[in-house]
Amino acid sequence: MLDTVVKPGAATDVAARGELACMAFRWMVLARVLDDKLAGMYRAGKIHGGVFLGRGQEALSVSVGLSLRKGDVFAPLIRDAAGRLAFGESILDPIRTFMGSPLGPMRGRDGNVHRGRPREGILPMISHLGAMISVVNGVLLARRFNGVKEVVGVASIGDGGTSTGAFHEALNQAAVEKLPLVVVVANNQYAYSTPNSRQFACRSLADRAAGYGIESKTADGTDLLECLEVMGGAVDRARSGRGPQLIVARLLRLCGHGEHDDARYVDAKLKASPTGRDCLKAAEDELLRQQWADATMIAAWRADAAHRVEEAVATVQREGAPDPFKERWCALASRHLSEGYDSE
Amino acid sequence: MSITYLEAIREAQARALAQDPRVFIYGQDVGAFGGAFKATKNLAAQFPGRVIDAPISEDAMVGMAVGAAIEGMRPIIEMQYADFSTAGFNQIVNQAATLHWRTNLPCPVTIRLPCGGTSGSGPFHSQTMESVYAHYPGLIVVTPATVEDAYGMLLEAVAIDDPVIFCEHKQLYNHLKADELPRETLPIGKARIAREGRDMTIVAYSAMVQEALAAADELATEGLHVEVVDLRSVKPLDTDTVMASVARTGRLLCVGESWPWGGVTAEVIARVATEGFGLLDAPPQRLNCRDTPVPYHPNLRAAHRPTIRAVAAAARSVLRH
Repeated sequence: MLDTVVKPGAATDVAARGELACMAFRWMVLARVLDDKLAGMYRAGKIHGGVFLGRGQEALSVSVGLSLRKGDVFAPLIRDAAGRLAFGESILDPIRTFMGSPLGPMRGRDGNVHRGRPREGILPMISHLGAMISVVNGVLLARRFNGVKEVVGVASIGDGGTSTGAFHEALNQAAVEKLPLVVVVANNQYAYSTPNSRQFACRSLADRAAGYGIESKTADGTDLLECLEVMGGAVDRARSGRGPQLIVARLLRLCGHGEHDDARYVDAKLKASPTGRDCLKAAEDELLRQQWADATMIAAWRADAAHRVEEAVATVQREGAPDPFKERWCALASRHLSEGYDSE
Repeated sequence: MSITYLEAIREAQARALAQDPRVFIYGQDVGAFGGAFKATKNLAAQFPGRVIDAPISEDAMVGMAVGAAIEGMRPIIEMQYADFSTAGFNQIVNQAATLHWRTNLPCPVTIRLPCGGTSGSGPFHSQTMESVYAHYPGLIVVTPATVEDAYGMLLEAVAIDDPVIFCEHKQLYNHLKADELPRETLPIGKARIAREGRDMTIVAYSAMVQEALAAADELATEGLHVEVVDLRSVKPLDTDTVMASVARTGRLLCVGESWPWGGVTAEVIARVATEGFGLLDAPPQRLNCRDTPVPYHPNLRAAHRPTIRAVAAAARSVLRH
């Protein structure tokens, strides 16, 4: 198992940085292998609905997961398998949710990337972009009411989500309440097919922080070490009481919006640019260059990841499907106030 | 001593804050200012740090309430006007209303909507939203028509483990008075016979209960005995009490202040026609406001929503059949 020992903010010496980078890389590999498996299952018709992958965004995502600690709050978005796993989500949760297993956290009632365990700090996203940020604010406000200190909440979003009113309302709200919120924008250059040029007109999305009176930093989202450093710093600043933080990372989505999308609209020049490089390959090269890992170790990590994914998929495939006759068709916690439609 | 509908709402919030440390109030101008209608007057001073001014961000207000509810808090959100709740609609119907079903967690959020028009309020400060919210699974929608219910149902709403849309009618705020606060009220989900009568049933809710009662007074002078059922909550809707009344009277008029297409009155008629067709001696009728935005000028507004005269006229037509 991958136990998080070293935290990005604390990784100052070279040995600790190497240990952290190796751990991050292993989560990235696991997330990539999981994503590849889910894509294969989608093509084989084994998944209901869409499949949304985090290919190309693992470095940023894993940095979020590793920067947080138990007791923190994380509202991931659709490309955050690496961050979720690093934060503590079981690998069974994504597979069960994509397959609609009754044993998954959403029990077949919601699917794919719409999963979470709020009581364990992972908030299940709704599809409406920007809407989760104020929910994180509410969790943080409640913690403040209850005297819980040094807690941090992270909300992930993409470049497209920054155009929503909910994004603006929630950042402003967090700033007014001085909440320990970190909003991480993965600027993957396209919101579905819409490029940055049709999404916003400011020089950098990070400039928006000034309008809210909060701090911001940018990162090269293809560079694992930079992502770990920038995310770790933002989480530390939020934890120490410096208020909301905005992080904007530049990277490229190395897949379609979903697996139904061939992404032919992606600019070839962007793909060939530094923004288009694969963060996983870049991280591997860096590990080898720094001699934090060698090819044998990396091969073993890949084999371990493949084994874990295959084992988890095999487990979930044996679990069966939800039964509509056993489903409790009531949306209320207060069952006595149910209207009783369809109860017969 | 007498207490108004508005004071009852304030007193219920004061009691909720006093008896449960998980309760807090969040909304625009609710703090030191005491709210646009003074429904939170003095509460910020009485409960420091627990009556919080929000920026003008209805979406983020409701989102924050859901997050706090996930952590076990029991927030009360004040929308300045029911009309503005549409700016937080997504968080209400997609976040709050789906949370329990998706995650099995309770979502004890109370959202107060000051509903209905007063003279000169116009299209965006006069709406009644109960039919819209009642359409969504996962929400409870209550429409108190009395001072006692304003108090008792608000306290119950805060205690319920689901999101409650609390529709309080602005026209009742200061006009409706009671001698004292109730010690107990009927639970949410139970309708009330507001007036007994043998000739026909008028089902109403919120401020329309007052119009229906006045219409019943007028009809009584003509020797017509009208029963008035106050739904109290429109979701859940107490079909049993409605059906029992129709079984006694054989005739039904349902009155609501929201728009005529679909909605609460249509739901009541549909249920009675489906489950109690044989009880009816005449076709059931419904009366709503007109199918336009709420007008500004008092002359137009008076002709837009059901008045005592309109309710009485509709009742006579049901009785003539």
